[in-house]
Amino acid sequence: MSRIAETFTRLQAAGEKALIPFITAGDPDPGLTVSLMHGLVEGGADVIELGIPFSDPMADGPVIQRASERALRHKVGLRNVLDMVREFRRSNQQTPVVLMGYLNPVHVLGYEVFAQEAAAAGVDGVLTVDCPPEEAAELSAALIAAKLDPVFLIAPTTPLARVKQIAALARGYVYYVSLKGVTGAGNLDIDDVARKIAALREFIEVPIGVGFGIRDAETARAISTAADAVVVGSRLVQEIEAATPETAKEQLTRLVASLKDAIR
Amino acid sequence: MSSYDFPDARGHFGPYGGVYVAETLMAALDELNAEYARAKADPAFWQEYHYELKHFVGRPSPVYHAKRWSEQLGGAQIYFKREDLNHTGAHKVNNTIGQALLARRMGKKRVIAETGAGQHGVASATVAARYGMECVVYMGSEDVKRQAPNVFRMKLLGATVVPVESGSKTLKDALNEAMRDWVTNIDSTFYILGTAAGPHPYPMLVRDFQRIIGIEAKEQMQEMVGRQPDMVVACVGGGSNAIGIFHPYVDVDGVRLVGVEAGGDGVATGRHAAPLTAGKPGVLHGFRSYLMQDENGQIIETHSVSAGLDYPGVGPEHSLLKDIGRAEYVAINDDEALKAFEDCCHLEGIIPALESSHALAHAAKVAPTMGKDQIILVNLSGRGDKDINTVAALMGLTL
Repeated sequence: MSRIAETFTRLQAAGEKALIPFITAGDPDPGLTVSLMHGLVEGGADVIELGIPFSDPMADGPVIQRASERALRHKVGLRNVLDMVREFRRSNQQTPVVLMGYLNPVHVLGYEVFAQEAAAAGVDGVLTVDCPPEEAAELSAALIAAKLDPVFLIAPTTPLARVKQIAALARGYVYYVSLKGVTGAGNLDIDDVARKIAALREFIEVPIGVGFGIRDAETARAISTAADAVVVGSRLVQEIEAATPETAKEQLTRLVASLKDAIR
Repeated sequence: MSSYDFPDARGHFGPYGGVYVAETLMAALDELNAEYARAKADPAFWQEYHYELKHFVGRPSPVYHAKRWSEQLGGAQIYFKREDLNHTGAHKVNNTIGQALLARRMGKKRVIAETGAGQHGVASATVAARYGMECVVYMGSEDVKRQAPNVFRMKLLGATVVPVESGSKTLKDALNEAMRDWVTNIDSTFYILGTAAGPHPYPMLVRDFQRIIGIEAKEQMQEMVGRQPDMVVACVGGGSNAIGIFHPYVDVDGVRLVGVEAGGDGVATGRHAAPLTAGKPGVLHGFRSYLMQDENGQIIETHSVSAGLDYPGVGPEHSLLKDIGRAEYVAINDDEALKAFEDCCHLEGIIPALESSHALAHAAKVAPTMGKDQIILVNLSGRGDKDINTVAALMGLTL
């Protein structure tokens, strides 16, 4: 069983929901990322989503755009990101790591080369936000061959026919985008999300995570009543942005702990 | 070449094009695709499009024989397709009219657009005013500074111009921001994309609305000289004016198609905007095509004297035409384009856009190597009034 499946099985048995924090690799400094990842786990992270920096993050709001820009000032490339995962794995073999980013850095490396190197580094899943099922066949095949889970998005606007198509391809978990907008937006409608998740259950067998716009413990708690996992990104990146390199890990751990407490 | 029929149903031009966007945009693109399929089959849609082109834009745009310049060069005869004479000053309006008519069919009351030099922004603001729609234009804050007259023009037309501060603060960042707006306001908003790029169906849509350039040119050349040109030359940024004039000629044997990219300081310096000449295939802004990128797949900042060519990607159909050898792509440097700009002013009494000056420069370069009975047709895609501040600054003058 994959690390992602094991994690969800364990949480379900305990009646718990997963907390999936997101940070961008290399933000604010490549030397800090592994320490921040451990900090996320100490705070109660069940899965880590690690962002691959990209120059043109079309689906992200200003907070995560700035995180990419900070990381790119240090010229953080995809292979550097894999090195960080490898280092993290030296002292953590339990917590799944899902790489999240845009297709071009993966495309330029080559899908098979990327999949093999990512698996060897200890990555568990990959979500390329600008690669919908229509274009994903080659990448998904390479990921599955390397025993990595391709993670897909489902949006509020996704029609039923597409939900079924995504259900057939998704591994690990699916990521339900809670609102019409970019990451970190402020127009989340909790009741609507709960209704949509209930409807998705009929077709989706893997766990359903919900993200985009979850900014506080109260929202996280409300979302967790319907979802299997809660993804928090922009709020954590803001915390990193506001912290100094010395205090970032401690602040992040504290914030993650408060979110985990809220959804337990 | 009779088998040339692209894109396929999912928007692929061979290995290029496609729909590389987040799931949040898929439904909107499917909706647009379905509506365009209905409009395409509806004679009333095209009737209105052609009515607007005739009475609002002033089409057909003439073909003009640049006699003095041709004589001076001493080789091939150079003809211009005069897109500079269109209302709003460039070919861009052909596309914004088509897309605005689609927006109206879909009941969208708000349109958004990205712009670099401001020509597509002006053309979008113009049609929004014409059809009574709200218009928001995203423009990199660097371009807002460089293209102040066009910013004011958009405001006069009632549009809101939003300066974009992220990334390199130019066209590519404006496009990112327009996509972000679209995904947030997807129910009310139509995205008028300005070039033959982006996710399917945009490259096809924009090409179909720009094909009028080549369709007219074919008739006009036949009328004027009784035959088709030996070579058709157009500048390529995203590539909408080029695909507009190329596409009707793809099936015509004996017509060389030459796209001219922005060589900036010179392709060898790395400071340019010539992905077909010096880039590699990649994925950006929803489609696969040649791109300016570094070894990590990050998009590289581009350099060109012309803001309209200052884009790191290129429409996917050009990538295909390059690979199958049906079109050739070359680069012209800033200084060569400026020389052609001046020659066109002095010899022909036409102030061309700096974008179009790249195509003119290539025509002037190759004409002397060709026979006097040969013909080069250049797509003069826009007029240069918007560029006078830039050119004055390069001459060391302040207006």
